[in-house]
Amino acid sequence: MSRLERIWPLLPGLAALLVTTLLLLAMGTSPIDAYGAMWQGAFGTSARVYSVLAFLVPLLLAASGLLLTFKAGLWNIGIEGQIIMGAIAASWVALRVELPAGLQIPMELAAAMAGGALWAALAGLLKTRGGVHEIFGGLALNNLAILFTNYLIAGPWQPPEGGSFRGTQPFGAHALLPLFENSRLSLLSLVLAVLAFAGVALLLTNSHWGLRLKALGQNARSAFLLGVSSDRELLLAMALCGALAGLGGGVRVLSWFDSLRQSISGGIGYLALMVVLLAGFRLALTPLVAFFFSAVLNGSITLQLRTQLHSALGDILTGVLVLLVLLFGNYARVRRAFRRNRSSENG
Amino acid sequence: MHKKALLFLALAALLLAACGGSSASGEGFTFGMILVGPQNDHGWSQAHFEGGQYVVEHLPGAEMIVFDLLNPADKPEATLEGVVDEMVAQGATLIFTTSDEFEEDTTTVAAKYPDVVFVNISGDDALTGEGPANLSNVMGRMEEMKAVAGCAAALTTQTGQLGYVGPLINHETLRLTASAYLGARHCYETYRGENPDDLEFTVSWIGFWFNIPGVTSDPTEVTTNFLDTGVDVVLSGIDTTEAINVAGQRAAAGDAVWAVPYDYLGACDNAPEICLGVPFFNWGPDYLAVATAVIEGEWSQSWLWNGPNWDDLSDLDSSSVGWLNGPGLSEEAAANLADYISKLASGEVAVWAGPINLQDGSSYIAAGAVGTDEEIWYLPQLLEGMNGPSQ
Repeated sequence: MSRLERIWPLLPGLAALLVTTLLLLAMGTSPIDAYGAMWQGAFGTSARVYSVLAFLVPLLLAASGLLLTFKAGLWNIGIEGQIIMGAIAASWVALRVELPAGLQIPMELAAAMAGGALWAALAGLLKTRGGVHEIFGGLALNNLAILFTNYLIAGPWQPPEGGSFRGTQPFGAHALLPLFENSRLSLLSLVLAVLAFAGVALLLTNSHWGLRLKALGQNARSAFLLGVSSDRELLLAMALCGALAGLGGGVRVLSWFDSLRQSISGGIGYLALMVVLLAGFRLALTPLVAFFFSAVLNGSITLQLRTQLHSALGDILTGVLVLLVLLFGNYARVRRAFRRNRSSENG
Repeated sequence: MHKKALLFLALAALLLAACGGSSASGEGFTFGMILVGPQNDHGWSQAHFEGGQYVVEHLPGAEMIVFDLLNPADKPEATLEGVVDEMVAQGATLIFTTSDEFEEDTTTVAAKYPDVVFVNISGDDALTGEGPANLSNVMGRMEEMKAVAGCAAALTTQTGQLGYVGPLINHETLRLTASAYLGARHCYETYRGENPDDLEFTVSWIGFWFNIPGVTSDPTEVTTNFLDTGVDVVLSGIDTTEAINVAGQRAAAGDAVWAVPYDYLGACDNAPEICLGVPFFNWGPDYLAVATAVIEGEWSQSWLWNGPNWDDLSDLDSSSVGWLNGPGLSEEAAANLADYISKLASGEVAVWAGPINLQDGSSYIAAGAVGTDEEIWYLPQLLEGMNGPSQ
């Protein structure tokens, strides 16, 4: 491995930083002030740190799930809908089911996982039985999940005073996750997210099932010939991913908000896809990138408030970063393209 | 002695001049402005943003901190509380939360910061007593201006079909949409001599205050659909300008269609030739009054529902809401509209004069009565004769 090859993965990150810095300079803002404001916004006070962690939980859960589906060669873009269905299922228990104190929250979280798993399995079935590619099936199911949320908020779950399309009435205190120090962070959810990631890591590195998934992902046809039942593995990978995403949705309604709202996810599923792409599907990098995304997005709130710049700057930074990594992050591929180009010029 | 008396008089005059007028200083005063949409939407959010700019202009030295696009679809990572935390840390002593969406969260966060004044726009927690003592509500009394908008539409339509692009369904949107309908009926009958029951008035709710792809119906499609099905005047009730944009494109292609945008004084600019006029919010004067009261330590809790300056509907220093005729309004229609406005101003005509029935046919305001503020504010459904869902 040459030295260039070793430091290569860092280059797109530096390039993205450069692009954002130039953008800041073009807007007449000191990049040092801007990045300082972002840092303050993410880590300046303990409240900001809790907020970064609280937003991280559903993102990490979804990203962990996506590691499974990507390993199986699936583009589970339906993850957004799986988060939403998890939120809806958790809300249903919180609103409609009265359980003894020790059972209420476990039941809500279990329902969230079931809701997400079911929605993911549906996308999986569409693929295995219906021949519908998971990207298209997933997108359709995402829209359905959003429509379903809107129907519930405007219809059967409308608050008793009626007349609002913002969300359901707040759940009872007994149905909400205990929050840490007046923040939106539930420590329980953070622990669950870390456990979920560890579980996925274990499955992928240390289990026979992970091996079969990998075989499937690399070549579904030869895996089939080797006796790996592709349909069952695919469905299982989808369902597991959906369960984790759904849990994330449950955490959104039970701690970040206190009710089912419109846009309950707001694109966390798509963010999670970006996280995993940016991490290059690598296990160890995934939680780091997810944390980085949460910090940048939270930091950009303060950035906007301090500098009054356009608020999309955080999105631009992460977007440029993902784009550059996808285009140029793979050293071997870049070198191949470079050589091809040169040889065609010479030839 | 004479000289001393003169000097005294001069000093007194100086002192009076310094105290009189609205020469409050904004030095060291910081306020926050939280918007649900983008600050340049040519609609609801921009009207608030410019209201804040009006405060800065009139209180030299005052500083405004703006946060726009605070909604879970655009910024899933942001919460009202987090934004307020940062604004307070930056020294804000007054914070405007300018959406119905922020009502509950404003009440919660106001309790957290009892020394900061919060003003939630369009809410009623200061009226119902649900909010803490440091929370006020402000809303423009837009109902009559919406009736004027409906009147302008009814005076112009050739097909007798009006379309209303509504946001989501709540008391505010129901009463505003119904006000437009009542104005339209009145003018269709009074000035055009038509039977108001023949006027078709259809509401299509997109599901939110502005378009969120994949979440709401697309207001561009809704408007197109209206214009394809015989509607020739579209009225907007949403925060953004799709209705007038689409109508402008259709008119450029030769169709006889018009539009009435909403919220923002400059909204006609998007397609002036087919704009009949705009009912707009002018938040500046009310925001300035609140800010001045906070600076002078004289602020107290209130629920303000301020109407227009009937002497001059477009006086930006006094009218909380207003109406501005658009270039698309014909001369004849403008004359009739002016007559309607003068009758509303004098009280000769009331928008909410009974008999008024709800959409389900039940009587809401009896013949001979005029709707009270509470009846209008809490309108439970659309009205009889209007097409479109009430819930």
